[in-house]
Amino acid sequence: MNAAALRRVWGLVYRHLALFRRSPPRIIELMYWPALQMVVWGFVTAYLAGLQNDVTSIAAGVLIGGVLLWEAALRSQMGFSISFLEEIWSRNLGHIFVSPIRPAEMVAALMTMSLLRAMVGVIPAMGLAWVLYAFNIFSMGPVLVAFFAALILMGWAVALGVTSLILRYGAGAEALAWSVLFGITPFACVFYPVAVLPVWLQPVALILPAAHVFEGMRAALTQGVIAWDHLAAAYALNLVWITGMAALFMGQLRGARVRGALLNIGE
Amino acid sequence: MSAHIWGVTHALTVENLVKRYAPGRPPAVDGLSFTLTAGTTLGLLGGNGAGKTTTIAMLLGLLLPTSGRVVALGHDMATDRFAALARMNFSSPYISLPHKLSVRENLRVYGHLYGVRGLEARIARLAEELQLTDFIERPAGDLSAGQKTRVALAKALINTPALLLLDEPTASLDPDTGDWVRTRLERYRDETGCAILLASHNMAEVERLCGHVLMLKQGRVVDQGSPDDLIARYGRDDLEQVFLDIARGTRAEALA
Repeated sequence: MNAAALRRVWGLVYRHLALFRRSPPRIIELMYWPALQMVVWGFVTAYLAGLQNDVTSIAAGVLIGGVLLWEAALRSQMGFSISFLEEIWSRNLGHIFVSPIRPAEMVAALMTMSLLRAMVGVIPAMGLAWVLYAFNIFSMGPVLVAFFAALILMGWAVALGVTSLILRYGAGAEALAWSVLFGITPFACVFYPVAVLPVWLQPVALILPAAHVFEGMRAALTQGVIAWDHLAAAYALNLVWITGMAALFMGQLRGARVRGALLNIGE
Repeated sequence: MSAHIWGVTHALTVENLVKRYAPGRPPAVDGLSFTLTAGTTLGLLGGNGAGKTTTIAMLLGLLLPTSGRVVALGHDMATDRFAALARMNFSSPYISLPHKLSVRENLRVYGHLYGVRGLEARIARLAEELQLTDFIERPAGDLSAGQKTRVALAKALINTPALLLLDEPTASLDPDTGDWVRTRLERYRDETGCAILLASHNMAEVERLCGHVLMLKQGRVVDQGSPDDLIARYGRDDLEQVFLDIARGTRAEALA
């Protein structure tokens, strides 16, 4: 990406940062749900640990770690999709698409915003986990960064799919920006091993990068080992999903230009 | 300033442009061809549904034509539209700027998107020329209609465009503000050699700004010429009466 392209990406990122600067409730909203999830699942963890008197398997943080990592995926996906929706809500999409910014640069800007939004949401929740439950997610070591990155990538793949649906069906599809990844949660095996699922459902889980990330997280937290096979599978699947969803996005963008949907997508 | 200042005589060449939204439906634009020369203003007139917005959307690359070709500033919009878009700009009261951002922030966003060099100086100059200084730090959504129009014009001029597409730039403005906008547009065109395509329902505005007018009806050019030429040919007093003759299909009667 050359300097001119980087500047166009920065232009769009600046637009969203300026929006946050002028709208503190938006920043609070970013932190609210991850913090709430952290509190709820933290107490569930404490309760289960007390019931089973088994601190090593549960209070080791499998649930809390799952919440924190899954929030990274959720915030990544929502950050991308909602940043795109902001352009629709402000009826600004026409100006963006007739500027010289390329679709790939627009996607890069949305990914940047998604990363920033995910960090603003998840880092306070990490602090809460440490303060309230003495859970330090960094105890997993450097592999934690690889887990987070894999989930952020998966969030982007899903967000590209959601954005494609918005381009296809207009603002009527915007509810998907909040809900679609929640629907994947059971198959992502955030809080339980893939083996818990019925045998026929396990292949569904294993085509999701998240299921491999959480298998890896459990191995790191409970056995102290790095499951390189799961990590590799997560990144390979991310490559496939992002490639597929990027092709879908470009196809729907072209379709929107054929139908004239970019003229009235907010209606 | 020379009409060749931007390196091309024809800022815009449109060849047999057709847009059909769905098979079996009549085309929204049907075989439109014209050229727009640097330093001139071309008016695009027609009633609602005549194809003006569809045409402008195709010229901007926002909408893909069913067939035909658009060459803007020497670049084919089908294959090289981003090179052209960097030197074009657009304004419409129907597309907003982000309301929560201040005027200055909005101009910065578009300055970055268009790769404007010396951006802060450019914003300062536009603010002075278009009288934005008093409200440049205010959110765009808090401005009056007249102020929003000036901001939209500043956004449209941020990259010193060589080709400017304007969709009803003075809609819903009072006569004084409308006149103010028209004066700025004329000055910008005359100083820079910019080519302007203007879609408007304000016939007085078209008479004042446009050297040539295309009259559209059902996606086709049904007549064209300079405003004075059209008024003379139709035997009318002004362009509005010519427009009504064409819109109501009373052209033959008018010419008789």
